[in-house]
Amino acid sequence: MIRLAVISGKGGTGKTMISAALADLLPGTLVLADCDVDAANLALLLNPELISTEPFMGMKSAFIDPAVCTGCGECGMHCRFDAVHAEGDAYRVNPIRCEGCTVCVHVCPVKAITMQPRQTGEVMYSQTEWGHLVHACLVPGAGNSGLLVHAVKRMALDRDRDCDLFLIDGPPGTGCPLISTISGIDAVLIITEPSVSGLHDLKRVVAVCRQFRPRILVAINRFDLDESLTDTIRQWCAEENIPLVGKIPFDPAVIDSVRKGVPITRAGDSPAAQAIQILKTNLEQELTYHNNQR
Amino acid sequence: MKIAVASGKGGTGKTMVAANLAFTLSRTCQVTLVDCDVEEPNLHLFFPSPVTVTDVNIAVPVIDEKTCDRCGMCGEFCQYGALTVLRDRVLFFPELCHSCGGCTLVCPKNAIHEVPKRIGAVTFATVLPHLNLITGYLDAGNPHAVPVIRAAKKMAENDNLVICDASPGTSCPVVETLENCDACILVTESTPFGRHDLALAVDVTERLGIPAGVVINRSDGQDQETLDFCANHDLDVMITIPFDRRIAAIQSKGDLLCRVRPEWQKTFCSLFDKCRTLAGGD
Repeated sequence: MIRLAVISGKGGTGKTMISAALADLLPGTLVLADCDVDAANLALLLNPELISTEPFMGMKSAFIDPAVCTGCGECGMHCRFDAVHAEGDAYRVNPIRCEGCTVCVHVCPVKAITMQPRQTGEVMYSQTEWGHLVHACLVPGAGNSGLLVHAVKRMALDRDRDCDLFLIDGPPGTGCPLISTISGIDAVLIITEPSVSGLHDLKRVVAVCRQFRPRILVAINRFDLDESLTDTIRQWCAEENIPLVGKIPFDPAVIDSVRKGVPITRAGDSPAAQAIQILKTNLEQELTYHNNQR
Repeated sequence: MKIAVASGKGGTGKTMVAANLAFTLSRTCQVTLVDCDVEEPNLHLFFPSPVTVTDVNIAVPVIDEKTCDRCGMCGEFCQYGALTVLRDRVLFFPELCHSCGGCTLVCPKNAIHEVPKRIGAVTFATVLPHLNLITGYLDAGNPHAVPVIRAAKKMAENDNLVICDASPGTSCPVVETLENCDACILVTESTPFGRHDLALAVDVTERLGIPAGVVINRSDGQDQETLDFCANHDLDVMITIPFDRRIAAIQSKGDLLCRVRPEWQKTFCSLFDKCRTLAGGD
């Protein structure tokens, strides 16, 4: 199985649109995962039919029994996450801030604090025309999105490990969910755009990827919105020895396909769909090469 | 007053709105702009200036091998798996450590003390006569964005007018950015993705009790479903910015719409007035 994650650094560069199109075009058996768990959109293009749902339990959260709490404040003094606050005579934990470290349980002199399990999301397993899709939703404002990404990947690998390709629609950024997404992955396809922000964020996310071991590939979306910056990105990739596998033009057909809820490659012929065909061919070559090297 | 700019979905134009709002307001008052998208901070690209850098550190444990008798209590206590006690030594995985301080508390031999470990930095720059920019940077490969956001916001805590640019998403970094803000601008685009993620972001602002209003960016005129969504959720659509290749080009080169086309300043002034109304001011 080849494990490929589509990521971006900067948000909104077209990860989901391109992931859905690649799911439509790439040959072989496929399992899909949406690892952008705090704003998951891939399902909106793949018309999934839900098979099963599992609760996601994040870290446990501290709970102070107000009947036992004497209001001494030891818990608040030791909490490094500013999660404990006085409320009247007793103290109370803000579950959004609590990181589940259990220091408060340890320091409470009257044993008023216990750790309570907390469901902070759901992992969903669905059928699509292209293969199984594992997606999730995180309770808005909840933490542990990196753990939820891990749960999503694990379900996909447990249930569909015999597929030829594991295709992940990844999160933006470089922090905990991104690191969780790219760990154990063979290749990342970074989608960027010709803007100073796109290039800046591309460089940062490449620096993070290089601390892990995926093969790094780049595609430029909406490349014609600024051809000179596209050229700058192309040069930078060449200097860094990163293959540029695709250039997709700005195309209103993309927004139309998102509004229809289908991959762009299923929305009739368009310049963007043609460009993604070329991207797919280049990508296949790179991935085959990668596989042969192993 | 503290205003947050958030979106749920990435790439809707949070940074564009934050930068233009701050630029416009700084012509008449003192403004602090805080880039809380510490994983991919971009505001500095629109305001290149010399900066002063302050490291952001978290406290991580160091185990004195001479005093430690490998009793295992620290490893048992650590909820993050950052400490593994072997027969002859203790392994510490700094990237897993949340810096809770628990291991130092439970060690019966007092064999653990804490030292600072850099996870990122905060930079400060006066980018225009009345505009300061504070940027949080998370170091590459470090997963813990929240302490860096906290440090960036702390640097602005005594300022009167603060605009915080959030990261995309709806999880802990966004919550950290939004907390204690008086109003939140939610930037969206009129697509199913934009609406789906706007709904999640609205859920966060409601949970935190922060009044929110909407900016529709890159509108191609097909906004009805987004307008309906906003009407149903009692959200004011404060301003709408059309899709225009020329506006996109200004932004992609790192320039500001309100600098290149000053007629837009009026729009951003009205956005500020609406934020003030949201926050319950006059």
